[in-house]
Parts: sequence; structure tokens; C-alpha cells
Amino acid sequence: MAKLPLDGIRIVDLGGVWAGTFATVLLADLGAEVLKVENQYVWQPNTRAVPVAHLTKQMTQAGPGWVTGLPHNDPGERPWNYHPMFISLYRNKHSFTVDIRRPEGMKILGQVVAMSDAVLENSAVGTMEKLGVTYDWLRQMKDDIIFLRAPGYGLSGEYMTARTMGAHLEGVMGHQLLRGYRDGDPSMNSGIFAADYIAASQIAFAIMAAIWHRNNTGKGQFIEMAQAENAASMFVQAYMNYTLNGVTEEPIGNRSIYAEDGEAPCGVYPCKSPGTNAQGEDRWIAITVTGDAEWAALREAMGDPEWTRADFLQTIAGRAANQDLLDARIGDWTVAFEDYELFQRLQAAGVAAAPVLEASRVLADPHVHARNLYEALRIKDDIGVFSYPRPLYEFPESPGGIRKPPVGFGEDNDYVYRQLLEVSDAEYERLVAEGHIATAFDASVP
Amino acid sequence: MAGPLSDVTVLDLTQHLAGPYGTKLFADFGADVIKIERPGGDPARKLGPFKDGKRDSEGSGTFFYFNTNKRSVALNLRAAEGRAAFWRLAERADVVVEGFRPGVMEDLGIGWAEIHRRKQNLPLISVSNFGQESPYRDYKGSDLVLYAFGGEMHSTGMIDREPVKMYGTAALVQSGSALSTAIMGALFAGRYQGVGQHVDFSIADSHLVGVDRRHATVMGVQFSGRKSLRPPAAGVRLLGGLYPCADGWVDLDGGGTRFKRGAREFLGHPEWLADAKWDDPMIGLNPAAIEEFNGYFYAWLMERTKREVWEAARRAKIICGPLFTVNEVFDDPNFRTRGFWQGAETPEMGAFDFPGRPFLMSETPWEYRRPAPRYGEHTAEVLREAGYGAFEIEQLTAVGAVEAA
Repeated sequence: MAKLPLDGIRIVDLGGVWAGTFATVLLADLGAEVLKVENQYVWQPNTRAVPVAHLTKQMTQAGPGWVTGLPHNDPGERPWNYHPMFISLYRNKHSFTVDIRRPEGMKILGQVVAMSDAVLENSAVGTMEKLGVTYDWLRQMKDDIIFLRAPGYGLSGEYMTARTMGAHLEGVMGHQLLRGYRDGDPSMNSGIFAADYIAASQIAFAIMAAIWHRNNTGKGQFIEMAQAENAASMFVQAYMNYTLNGVTEEPIGNRSIYAEDGEAPCGVYPCKSPGTNAQGEDRWIAITVTGDAEWAALREAMGDPEWTRADFLQTIAGRAANQDLLDARIGDWTVAFEDYELFQRLQAAGVAAAPVLEASRVLADPHVHARNLYEALRIKDDIGVFSYPRPLYEFPESPGGIRKPPVGFGEDNDYVYRQLLEVSDAEYERLVAEGHIATAFDASVP
Repeated sequence: MAGPLSDVTVLDLTQHLAGPYGTKLFADFGADVIKIERPGGDPARKLGPFKDGKRDSEGSGTFFYFNTNKRSVALNLRAAEGRAAFWRLAERADVVVEGFRPGVMEDLGIGWAEIHRRKQNLPLISVSNFGQESPYRDYKGSDLVLYAFGGEMHSTGMIDREPVKMYGTAALVQSGSALSTAIMGALFAGRYQGVGQHVDFSIADSHLVGVDRRHATVMGVQFSGRKSLRPPAAGVRLLGGLYPCADGWVDLDGGGTRFKRGAREFLGHPEWLADAKWDDPMIGLNPAAIEEFNGYFYAWLMERTKREVWEAARRAKIICGPLFTVNEVFDDPNFRTRGFWQGAETPEMGAFDFPGRPFLMSETPWEYRRPAPRYGEHTAEVLREAGYGAFEIEQLTAVGAVEAA
């Protein structure tokens, strides 16, 4: 067995929310030792639970599963250890606590930095400055340290101190006015968090690129990611359309921006549904037809109905110009079928299609099962067995998967303090008494 | 200054969008990305936007963005001489990335077993819709189809309407971005451990366990039995949600603990919130209070532009984002001054700006070295570097194994 690619690399994780937390799970999956720095007196918003640490039972009784759905609808003793919005972002990581608002805490953090390769954070500008966690300070701890900061709008400019989550900066960069229903307005766009995905993956990429360079040259460096700017690649065709042609694009629902280039029809069509939308039992199939051959394949799969034979539908330009008709007629056809039945039938015919998969059906899907994308396991807290996401991809010669279940708050205090920092038992007890070492949030945190 | 990856050579057999976005990050940060194009070229060359709508395989706005800083070698892998050239290039590469349908690499005689046999420390990353091993491995995909299946589309949109996707190819770009981490990991294993590994990267999987809500909805329903549904008709919370203002929309999140801290300063009307009830951290759960607040707030918003609302929110440290159109982003002095836009010029596209560096590196900055390559632009140059003589290149061209621009 080979080692994992980042075996021997240690990351100090001062990140939060989804962008920072997903970035470090990518690095942890690749074998880096990620040390999540936590503090029993400080609540990092949207990082281990929402909206507060000490959730009441009442708060877990209603609302969408992904926001309020705690195990068995009970917050239990430590809801921050198993909140559905966050638990999957803590596999393969280590967690230790230290109060870095106090000089002694900063000293401890400095000692950890001195034995690490990179530090990252994505707080609002000002947070790190207030703590004294600066690149200069980090370099005093370790000369070749890599420090990545990923605030919303970067470290200069008039928006520098703007408070934002990923969803808001996507709106600033144009996404809210580019996505959604053709006949709707942005208030009909429910919230998505696309920017967190792109920022997280490129935080991980940037840190690895900087480590690569450090290994070549012995030099660390400072990386600044403005998450808003980083999100732009997701909307780049709209940007190019403006800079090349002065065209300001508008939402086109589920149609393809490449309709004129061959991708039409393209949409989401109703299928036979076992229940109502309000029950989450509404079933839909997504279909994209690209070019003439796939149009012919779709026609055949549909049994070549009369309406599909019209001359004006036999060209790319004709289909692009008649998407209203295509969408209506295809929807009339799909509604008589089960989504998975149509999925197989269309794919067998050579047409790109798949069910719009509601989350409760994910674990039963044959692909998800065959690829072991979710793994049943227990975490330290006694909440029972559930199936948790595994890494996005595997290195087949290395020990992959979930090497360490999602880590609880302060779960690795022993490892960090006793093994890494070689703190004595007496000193450990003193740090517990001083409030640096803890496994639960203090009662002063809401 | 050279990029951090200037000693890396990537042999890139991907096309369309997800794969090329992953390798673009390498090219943009200094790697020599050799894009192997099949006869006729990457199909992305046929995707718009085109300047003035004029179709030209050297003028695709999509192809340009996804392939900056790469070199193009037009190689026919179905010809024996083309495959021989592939092996010569592989000899000099640090990593191979391919995006064929599963099985095609083997059919061409350049599959993983053969790559690994010839060069033990050369990693291969295979990018596909559903992966190399899956009941769906031969299935087709698109941004919509893969996001519908893998991503959290079912709960996006309004409950009485169909689920609705993100813009354009956002889901494929996310996958390409995640792909860059797999390539980087493979490089580490190849360089430092001398172990070439074959990574099976599935675009569907990168959403099924990706970060934009899918992981959370799957856990939430297991934990609580409650699904995550598309919301009913849009509503707002206490100082939270999408609001109309004088010239558009703003997205705000100033409720909860932030409300007490910032709402008075944000609005500039402390008398509206003089009552002690507004300091109750649970005030946001009180519908009557939300209605009372909205009575003041909607009128206040209508007197202000989205920029003015954002400015007030920044001062009061309230989370806010005005909804900009693309042209507003383009004209915005903040992004321009920060260097977000990069200028470019090509014969087919003229002079234009595009989004430049995805992040700033102090020692090894992002660099725009060259536009996306013309089809086969670097065939001769790259083959010469691999030791081919001028006569050999002519012969390869004559038999159709390569094309040189």
C-alpha cells in the first residue's frame, strides 16, 4: 500500500462555514493532517451548527431536514458534533481547542504552526487582525509557512470589509440575475451555495500548489482569495457574452446556454409521481439533447410521434427556436413514465437523461451503492449508525475512504497537547482549568 | 516570476468543459499543459459566445476561457504513429488527464495498465460522467443532467414549479475545480513517492458528495426523517432574504444575533426599534414583529439604490449583497481596480476582457501568458521538444497522424 498523497503535510485550519471547512476536508481526504482549531468560548457562525450551539429540542422539530434535522429530532448533549449541515465536512480531520483570544492561547497556536505546513482562514477581514494572526506573526513561528486568506472580497478595495456568505457574493457577481425561471424574478430563486464549492476546492488547490513550490524552493508564501472573484468562473460565458458582444444575459431556467450550438431540447420534465410536491414525492427527469443524432435518438425513444417529424425540428436552429413547443410536448410524453424507467430507456437510446434525484433516494441508487459513496458508521457521540459521505475520489493504491469518522469538538486534544506539544499531565490539567482544553462549548455561548 | 507549477508537464486529453477547467488551473499557474486535440478539435470550439455571433472554431468565447495558457497538439490517437507520439509525450509528462468515455483509452491501446507498465510513476486521472466503474458508466451527461442527478437540484426553486438549475455550466465548473485537487494529489504521489496512481473522477460523484447542500440533505433526511423541499412562495425573515429596492434587489441576512447588533445603525432610525422587544434574540420568530419591521423597512428600501443599501449594510456590519447584472460587475470600479479583469486580444475575437486570476499568490502569481491555442498550433513545437525531427513531423502530417496549424 502506498501512502496518501499528502501524507506528512500538516494544515492548521482556522477556516469556517462551508468554504473553509470543505477545503480542509479535501486536503484531509488526500492524507493531510488537518488540525481544526476550536474555542469553547467563541461560536464560529455556520461552521458546526445553526443558528446557535445549544439548540433546544423545539428548534429541531420542524423545518427542512438539512437545516434543522438533528438525529432522532433531538439535539442531545453536543448538537455541534452532528448537525446535518456540517457533520459531513469533518471526516478525516483532527479537532483541538485553544482560546486564541488570550496570549497563552496564541503561544500554543504558534507552537502548532511551527510544526505545520500551511494555515488557512476565511473569516471577515478584521477577525484575524484582531487576534494578531498575521502573515508576519506566522512567519515568526515558521519561516516557510504558507498562509491563505479567503475573505469575500479580498484584502483591498471598497468592499473589503463587507460581511457576506457565499450566497450573497454570488448575487453580487451576477448569479441571481442569471439563474432561475425564465418567467420569474430573483425572489423565486431559492438559496444555493455554489460559491462555497468553487472557493473550497481552489483553496485546497492553491495550498497544494504553494506546498509544491515550497518543496522546490524552500519558500512559503501568502495567498489571497477574494471568494467573489473566484466564483466568476461559474458564470464566465455570461461575462464573455458581455465583453465580446455587449449582451447582458437573462435567466433561461433549465435550458442550455448552448441551444444555438446544438443543445436543445434541454429541460426538466414531469414523471409519474407517487405523491405531491409538498411531500417531496414529485418526480422529474432531466434531458439534454445535443445535435441531430441525439434528436433522432430521442424521437425513436418516444416512438417517433407525428409532431417530432416536422421539418422545422430537424435542424439545430429550428429546435433552438422552438423550445416552448418541444418542452410542452416532451413533458406530455414523460409524465406517463417512472423517472428511473425513463432514465434507463433514454440512456439506452443514447440520450443524456437522469432523474432529478430527491435526497432521500440517494442511498438507494445503484450507482451510489456501487461506488460506495456513502458509508455506514458510528461517530463518538451516541447517535446510532448513519451513512456518511466518503471522499469525492479515491487513490486506489492508498488507504482511502473515511479513515477517521467526523470529528467531534476537541476530540483530539490529547493528541495535539500530549503527543505533538508534549505537554505534561499537570500542565494538561492546568490548560483544562484555564479553559483552553474542552470538549463542549461553554454555557456563555448561546 | 514563474507560477508555482512551472516544473510540471500535464498531458491533457480532456475536452468540453469540466476536464479543461481542471487543467486550466494548472496552465494558469505555470504548468506546461499540452492539450491533445482529436482530429477536428475539442468540441468546445463550437460553443458560443462568438464575437458578433459569427461562428468560428478559433473564436469561441467558451473555448478561450477554458483553455488559456495551454498548448495544442492535434493528434490522431487512432493512428499507430499518433499513439507512438503520445508515448513520446507521456515520457516527458508528470501526469496524464483524460476525459474519454470509459473504455476508450483501453480501446486506443493507451489505457491505465499500459501507461503504468511503461512508466511506474506517471499518474492518470480519468474524468467521466459517472466514473469508470458504475452501472451508469456508459451513460451520457450534461451540466443539467449531472446536476439533476448528483447535485441538490430537487430542492432548488419554488415548490409549485419544476426544480431549477444554476447558470450555464456552473456545475461542470465546480467539478473541474474539484478535479484540480485530484490532479494535484496525483502529482504529489508521483513526484514524492514515485507511485503513479489511476484516479477515477466522476462528475456525478463530485456533486453527490459535494458541498452545495447535497451532503446536508442526505444527512438531514436520515437523521430526522424530514426531507428538504423547494420552498413555497418567497417570503422574508426578520431582515433576512431578498428584498426589492429603488433600482433592483438586495439579499440581506441581518437577523438573529446580528439584528440587535446592527439593525439600528443600518437603518439610521433608532426610534423604529426603540422598544426593548427588538433586543430579544428570538424576535425573529415572531411574525407580528416581522410585519411591523417590514412596515418601516420596505419604504426605507424604496428610497435607496442597491449600492446605497449595501453601503449602509457594510457600515453596520450586516450581511448583504446587491444583485448585480453582468454589466454592472463589468463597470464596477472595485473589481477593475483590484485587477479582476484581464485584457486579451485575438484575431477572431478582437480585444476584450475576461475574468483573470482566481486568487493571488505572493511569490508565484497567476499569469496570462497566451490565449487559448489555435487547433494544432503547437504540434510541431511540442513534437520537436520530444525529439522529433522536421522530416519525421512532415511524415506524421502526411499520414494524418498529426495536424500542424
